[in-house]
Amino acid sequence: MAERRSPAAAFADRFATASKSGALTLAEIPFLRQINVRVDPESPAAADLGAALGVALPVSPGTAVRSGEVTVAWQGPDEWLVIGPEGYEAEPLRAALGDRHGSVVDVSAQRTTLLVGGPRAREVLAHGCAIDLHPSVFGPGAVAQTMLARAQVVLLPQQDGFLVLVRSSFAVYLAEWLLDAATEYVT
Amino acid sequence: MLLIPCPWCGPRDEAEFHYGGQAHVAYPADPGALSDEEWARYLFFRDNPKGSFAERWSHSAGCRRWFNAVRDTATNEIHAVYRVGEPRPVTP
Repeated sequence: MAERRSPAAAFADRFATASKSGALTLAEIPFLRQINVRVDPESPAAADLGAALGVALPVSPGTAVRSGEVTVAWQGPDEWLVIGPEGYEAEPLRAALGDRHGSVVDVSAQRTTLLVGGPRAREVLAHGCAIDLHPSVFGPGAVAQTMLARAQVVLLPQQDGFLVLVRSSFAVYLAEWLLDAATEYVT
Repeated sequence: MLLIPCPWCGPRDEAEFHYGGQAHVAYPADPGALSDEEWARYLFFRDNPKGSFAERWSHSAGCRRWFNAVRDTATNEIHAVYRVGEPRPVTP
């Protein structure tokens, strides 16, 4: 069987070097489970999916809720992204939806996750992102789909830094860009 | 660069959006009954006003939803945005 490699695996050393200064933490968090859920938020199926997740699907645009290790992020008025650890299974969600109108699709391979943490995380992202990243408007509990250095990303603010979900084919580009943007803070 | 207020995500950079042309162009009730000229008129002829213009936009790099916006074609000012299916609001 072929060896499984994450999209930004080749950057592990350079991320570690850039993280040494303490100003910034760069790392890839590979192979997180990502499940795309689409359902009418007012339907009984949405309530059942919420019960299976342990938390109601957030209906307010740009919000994300947590249930244990799982994050449920708003993606659209009838669309959510469920992000969990590698072993998290989509099957219970599929069972909760049943054969009703909606979809539960494992999209884990679509994106990889980069962690941009540390005191300078916001400055680094602000070099290539037009939205307001200040914690007063974009802190934990928020989510945004936007452009970072012209690459489409999902940004999830954490207590310390941000998770940047980027398409696998853009991961190498974005990793290079992050290292370049971080130069002034880590050397 | 325009700052376009997506009705779902709020104000975002123009680069996140995709333009969809004139809004409220109704599909003909009975396309088969149209003459070639009428069909061409439906397909290709659009208003080109100087001033307020209702347009379709898609927030393609964000929530990927289509919505309508009333934009002043002379000043680029966006007077209103509203979701698909909602009537065009009254704007100056």
